[in-house]
Amino acid sequence: MRDLPLTPLSRPRVASTGKTGSWRTFRPTINTEKCTRCLLCWIYCPEACIELDATNLPKVNYDYCKGCGICAHECPLKIIKMEREESA
Amino acid sequence: MAQVIVETGNRVAGLACKAARAQVIAAYPITPQTTVVEQVAELVEGGKMDAKYIRVESEHSAMAACIGAAVGGARTFTATSSHGLALMHEMLHWASAARLPIVMAVVNRAMGPPWNIWADFSDSLSQRDTGWLQFYCADNQEIFDTTIQAYKLCEDNRVFMPAMVCFEGFILSHTSMPVKIPDQKEIDDFLPPYNPPWLMDVDNPLTHGSIVYPEWYMEFRYFMYEAMENARRLIPEIDKEYGRRFGFEHGGHIEKYRCEDADLIILSMGTIGSEAKLAVDNLRKQGRKVGAARVRVFRPFPKEEIQNMAKNAQMLTIIDRQVSYGMEGPLHTEVKASLYSERDSPLTAGFIAGIGGRDVTLRDIEKMVDKSFRYLQAGKVAKEVEWVGLRE
Repeated sequence: MRDLPLTPLSRPRVASTGKTGSWRTFRPTINTEKCTRCLLCWIYCPEACIELDATNLPKVNYDYCKGCGICAHECPLKIIKMEREESA
Repeated sequence: MAQVIVETGNRVAGLACKAARAQVIAAYPITPQTTVVEQVAELVEGGKMDAKYIRVESEHSAMAACIGAAVGGARTFTATSSHGLALMHEMLHWASAARLPIVMAVVNRAMGPPWNIWADFSDSLSQRDTGWLQFYCADNQEIFDTTIQAYKLCEDNRVFMPAMVCFEGFILSHTSMPVKIPDQKEIDDFLPPYNPPWLMDVDNPLTHGSIVYPEWYMEFRYFMYEAMENARRLIPEIDKEYGRRFGFEHGGHIEKYRCEDADLIILSMGTIGSEAKLAVDNLRKQGRKVGAARVRVFRPFPKEEIQNMAKNAQMLTIIDRQVSYGMEGPLHTEVKASLYSERDSPLTAGFIAGIGGRDVTLRDIEKMVDKSFRYLQAGKVAKEVEWVGLRE
């Protein structure tokens, strides 16, 4: 108990509750051919699990994406599809 | 150099905030607190105080801003009254659980409806369990001294808890009295800059106040319980040290007046405690062995001091400027709870008085004492809770 700080403080780290991608029901897929790199999906993703490649092309990190669908909703070109995951 | 000024309680609270070198003040005006923050704003705006004054749209935001500033390592101050304090309620819990040594002046005012801007303790005593230390003052000098002492105590690494410095609206807030303001260098020496144990720092990011599962939550609450116990021990020490340096000592947890040989002790808080001293002098002249004890600190509650004080007394007359609906006056409850495990405890009689700013006079207190002596003679308290001066 005496190792604890007096109030909850934690250092940032990747996903302390594990790979939350397993919670996902709908899987976002980005049509990268039509993407204009506006980066709205990258900005709006609440879990910061849309990553950018060297050319700023967005890519979903499926280890942590929970499938909330905010990226698909925000995409101005509507080129992010939400598709039901195959049952495991 | 130390100087003696004649000022209202509110102005003195503002000067104490300056003398403590508070760095961030976030506040919203409400009667009767308004002139506290007016003055602080004036001092900051006039370049007489090196601090950031944040104007906010509510008391909830005021406390949230203080929390943010305190997490950033600043010494913070705010002030409020009545409904303003009630609106802060959620953030009060946050401030104490985040272990931030925020000091707040609470200018006590009744809650509405009926709308009323005058003094009682219903605002601050309703916040009893938020984890804030609560001090109650009886004169303007005590407001100044307690504010400085509160920073010293709250910033101690055995405490790290916030404190309310409470004083009654109008009775103190708008009444001028002589107050000695010590030399600034000596105050700085007593109260060095705040040394925060952790910081909100972009170069060393930390998540503050994250979720803690049932397996660990209780431990954080135990730390708060322990901090209050530490504060209980430190309060008289700090009051003594302050007294040594500046000449004013306020009795630690309880200011006792002619209690040593008293058969009956009048227990109260705030300015009723000053009036009770006058009643004691009068009653002593009539040969009655009466003393007065003014409880300065309601949280942490001075259990042991109450127990020690009650050892030689036969009767306690407890005056509450607040009622807990469905029970009795809060001071009455706490005093009885403190004595429950003691043998041969004195009888207790509770009186509710001065609600919504009604005057509690010397005569009123003498009547309460008369009644209490009758209970003592009969060996039985006929009326455990009595409302004083209620109209027919």
